[in-house]
Order: sequence, then C-alpha cells, then structure tokens
Amino acid sequence: MDLQTITYLVVGASFALYIGIAIWARAGSTSEFYAAGGSVHPITNGMATAADWMSAASFISMAGLIANMGYGGGLFLMGWTGGYVLLAMLLAPYLRKFGKFTVPQFIGDRFYSQTASTVAVICLLTASLTYIIGQMTGVGVAFSRFLGVSSETGIYIGMAIVFMYAVFGGMKGITYTQVAQYVVLISAYLVPAIFISLQLTGNPLPQLGLGSDISGTDTTLLQKLDLVVKDLGFDQYTTAMPGSMLNMFMYTLSLMIGTAGLPHVIMRFFTVPTVKDARSSAGWALVFIALLYTTAPAIAAMAKLNLHATVNQAVGLETTAAGNLVVNPEKVAANADLYAAENSLQYEQRPEWMKRWEKTGLLKFEDKNGDGRIQYYNDKTKNADVAAKAEAAGWKGNELTVNADIIVMANPEIALLPNWVIALVAAGGLAAALSTAAGLLMAISSAVSHDLVKGVFNPNISDKNELLAGKISMAVAIVIAGYLGLNPPGFAAGTVALAFGIAASSLFPAIMMGIFSKKMNREGAIAGMLSGLFITLFYVFAHKGIFFIKGTEFTDLIGGPNSFFGITPEAFGAVGAIVNFIVAFVVDKVTKEPPEHIQHMVESVRIPRGSKLVDGAH
Amino acid sequence: MENNSKTYWGTVLGLLTKILIIWFAVSFGAGILFAPALNSISLGGYPLGFWFAHQGSIYIFIALIFYYAKKMGDIDRQFDVHEE
Repeated sequence: MDLQTITYLVVGASFALYIGIAIWARAGSTSEFYAAGGSVHPITNGMATAADWMSAASFISMAGLIANMGYGGGLFLMGWTGGYVLLAMLLAPYLRKFGKFTVPQFIGDRFYSQTASTVAVICLLTASLTYIIGQMTGVGVAFSRFLGVSSETGIYIGMAIVFMYAVFGGMKGITYTQVAQYVVLISAYLVPAIFISLQLTGNPLPQLGLGSDISGTDTTLLQKLDLVVKDLGFDQYTTAMPGSMLNMFMYTLSLMIGTAGLPHVIMRFFTVPTVKDARSSAGWALVFIALLYTTAPAIAAMAKLNLHATVNQAVGLETTAAGNLVVNPEKVAANADLYAAENSLQYEQRPEWMKRWEKTGLLKFEDKNGDGRIQYYNDKTKNADVAAKAEAAGWKGNELTVNADIIVMANPEIALLPNWVIALVAAGGLAAALSTAAGLLMAISSAVSHDLVKGVFNPNISDKNELLAGKISMAVAIVIAGYLGLNPPGFAAGTVALAFGIAASSLFPAIMMGIFSKKMNREGAIAGMLSGLFITLFYVFAHKGIFFIKGTEFTDLIGGPNSFFGITPEAFGAVGAIVNFIVAFVVDKVTKEPPEHIQHMVESVRIPRGSKLVDGAH
Repeated sequence: MENNSKTYWGTVLGLLTKILIIWFAVSFGAGILFAPALNSISLGGYPLGFWFAHQGSIYIFIALIFYYAKKMGDIDRQFDVHEE
C-alpha cells in the first residue's frame, strides 16, 4: 500500500472513532453540556486537559522551535508546564468549589457586578478567538501537508468533525473525544522519538537518550551537537539564549501565568466531582502533558544532529544503502573537518525525504557557490574563525533553508520509519489541532449562552432552551472559527502571544484576587482587569500594529522596539499582570469594601466541605 | 481536631508559600538565573542548568502538584473541612 492510502486509512479510522464517541456521548442537559455532568474521573479529565492544552503548535512546531533556539527553547517547556502548578494550587480547586459553569460567572458573582462579568466575557472571547485562528490554520496545514488536499478543504472537514461532537455532545462529547485524541497524538509523538533515540544512542527513552553518549562512543550527544553547531557558526546549543536573561525570565513567567488563566483550560476542572479531584486532576494533566513536553527537547536535539549529519558527512552518521542513518563511532570521535569539500552532501545524492519536502517549499536549496553540494551553516556568524574557514573553503553563504515544522513532520521519514508511522503522525497532528479547537469552542459558546444569554438578556430561560442556546452558539462559533481559519487576518503568527498576554494580564489576577483577597472589591477588580489588559494591548500593538494592522505600529512612541527593559511583546503579559495587581490594590484601598455576604462567600470557597455538583444558577 | 477557619487558611497559605518557593527555585532559579553556573556540573550527559530548563523542572512540577494534593487532603482532615 502506498503512503497516501495508509494515511487516509489511519486518519479516517481516527475520525470514525471521534464520531462514534460523539454519538455515544450526547448531552441531554445544560449540566452535561457545560460540565459533562460533573462526573468525569480526575485521571480522565487530566488526559482530556492534556489534549485540550496541547495544540497544533505544541505538536507540530514546538520541537522545531527548540531545535532552532537551543537552551532558550526551555522557556516554552517551563512556561507551558509551570502554569499547571499555579492552576492546581491557586485556581482550580477553589473555582471547582464555587461550583458554577464558567469563569465570567465566578468573576461576576465574586465581584457582585454585571460589569465585571462582561469585562471577563470580553477578555475570554478575545483570548479564545485569537487562539482558535491558530488551531484552524493548523488543521488546514496538517491536512494539506499529509493528505495532499487543499488547506481550505481541510478546514471544512475539520469543522464538520468538530461540529458533530461539540454541538451534540458539548463538554461531555468533547471530553471523551479528547481522551481518544490524546492517545492518538501521544503515540504519534512518541513512536518516532523512540526510534530516533534508539538509532542515535541505543537508549529507547528519548528523555534519557538526550543525556546519553552517542552509540559506540564516549562523546555525549549534546557535546557532539554543541561542537558541530558551534563549528558551523551557530550558537552553542546548550547555552544559546534569545535576548536577555531578564527577557527569558519574563517570557517564561508570562507563559506560566497565561496558561493558568486560559479559560478553556480552567473550565475543564468544573467537570470533576469534587475539590479533591480538581487538585489531583491538575497533577494528572501535567503527567500527560509532560510525556510530550519532555520528549520534545530530545526530538529537537536529535533531529538537529540528524539534519546536520545528513548534509555533512564529517559529523559521523552515515547513510546506508537503504537510506538509513547509522552512527559511525570512529567518525563521530574523529571530529573531522566540516569544511572539507567532499564532506558536504552532493545535491544529486540527497535522500528521498528531502526531495519530498522540497516540493512543499518547507525545505529550500540554493547552490550559491555552484559546487553542486549543500553547505548548511550560519553565514551571519560573528565568529571570525568560522567566517574565515567558510571563506577558505569557498562557501558563499548558507544554501539550505529549513522550516522549523519539518523537525517533527519529517522526523519519521528522516529515520526511515515504516509508512504507518508517517500516517500516525498525520493523525496525531490533526488530533492535536481538533482537540484544542473544540476546547476553545466550548469556552466561547458557554460564555455566550450562559454568561450573555442567560446572565444578561434572559435570566429566566429554561434549562431546555439554554441547552438549545448553547448548541446554537457552538454552531455559530464553529462557523466563525472556520471563517477566520480560511481568511486569517494576516496576523495569525502574533495571535497566540496575544491570547496568553490577555489571559495573564486580565483573567488570572482577577480570579486569584477573588479567592486570596477577601477584601478585594468590585472597583478594584474592574480597574485592575482593564488596566492590565490595556497596558498589554498597548505594548503588543506598539510592536505589531493596532489590531495587528500593518503600518500602524508605533514603537517610536514608546522609545523603540522592546524599550521596556528589553522585554519583547510576547513576554509582556507578566508585566500586565503586575500592573493589574497594583492598580487593583490601590483602587481597592480608596473605595468601600465588599458587602458582608461576599466576604462570607469567599470564606466558603476556601474550604472544600459542602462542595456540590456544578450548576448554572446565577 | 481544630476548627478555626483563620488557622486553616494560614496553614494552607504556609503550604502554598513553601511549594511556590520550590517552583520558583527549580525553574526561574536553576533553569534560568543560575543555569550558566550550574552548567559546569553534569548530570549524566546533561549540563545541569540545561537539564533543569529542558527536563528537570517539569518533573519537579509534577511532584509538587501531587505533594500539594496529598498535603491539602491532610490539612482538610486535620481541620475537619474535608468533603464527605
């Protein structure tokens, strides 16, 4: 069977599974629709949370980003996992005890204000909608690259699948499909990683392989990689850091706070039966997430070494007759001259996978010095030695451009794994994008049907009609998300940073103060949310344009790019959060304290006893 | 058996502070601020600072959450505020 057929079969089977689950898990009440009936086992919820959390970007792009960034890529690894510690200890159990369906409902009730709730709905919708654009384009990318259909067709198919289980099943349908999607995506991620780790180090666990010697040598994989990339003019892999240490610090902190404040993640914890379950469920979520997040850096380093070895024989991996990469221990230890002419790969002898990915445009070769060989190095290096060596060797600039996404997508082909593994990776990428999109759609539709329709316009709506409203807003949200995916507003790349910035600067501080500061009042919370949101948007828009419209950047006004202590806009969410806290406390001090019954409410939220199933009462 | 919501909350905050200190120390401390210094030590084939940033802090985060969940269960029972 050829690759295309197998891919269709594997992806088709995974879709059939999701639809089967959708039919089995229909939602019959608002409690099932918003919170899966509040009866999800903490481990099941942990797995669903992991799938919800890990997006197309985590699956397809993260390892490639880390391969490019080296040590500095750790900011994604720590930032996107460390937030779960905050979520588990500061938010999830208390929101579960509060026992309502949505995040804006907590903010509205706790700060006894319709305005606070509406501000929270706006923050939630902006964060979730910007985030979902990335997921929809991710679905399109996965379809077009793996199945050879246009990305438009891919998005339509993706919308149809999500429609089936999200509209009819609500949170219940989404939860159980996410469990299946987690299994698909994690197998797709681990199988190639185990193979590649075995090939290079003989250790089947990528997490240990990354810290092992290269097979048959006493050189560690990381030492060898450092040596090769440094000699080619790149930053040393294990110490490379983009920007300053302060920026890495703030970037990591922003991702952590943003993770804990993202509504589609928080609301997953409304589905477990008890407060105790909410605590442990966050731990299980992180276990399942960590399986991928600790594997990603191994894939990054190993695939990077593989790539260099493929185009430069001196690295010490050899391509067998079958096209397989194997370690040649003597050659690895010899550290031969990377600049010797015969060591650069002849373009005509490039492996099959390079030819395949050249067609997609993700891999490009340009023979600048006309020698018919591929030279892959950093031609912008500041290292004079490297520049001199390259010049002496007659190299006229870097000749290979590699899109970061290839690291994961072409990994099974580089390691010459069987076709079913390549097909599995396609299904995994789609599972990652679909599961996150569904979680976001759930957050959007519940904010609309529960917080706006029931909370604002029609408080007396019956359970049955609210369920219908929920399903309609879900359907509308899918259409909007699909539209945005088909016509990305030209700023898709900046949107994820914006979603984290909003969650970090507005929602996280408001929820946290609602629980940990009994005296925090309505005025303080609203002023805090608005100022945190404003300052973050201001800084992001200064760099990327007002609402990301090209040409409306105003970096001059704030004194040049990254003018605030060299902090990049992606890393600014933490600053927004600090502003939020300070403004809230100052305003709180000069306005009158919250009514007695609110203070009692906070006290009851703090203790687990008396927890009940979540309900929708306003 | 104690039953005092102020002491209960104080105990909880004490636990949170302890855990957050470790959370900060492994990620922002060992993984970022002190990573250059720690890199001179090696853990298997890993430079230690690099290991904390790419592997270690994640493992410790998991341990922290389960430790928190267990300790909170103990505290809840001690103050008799646990769920039935």
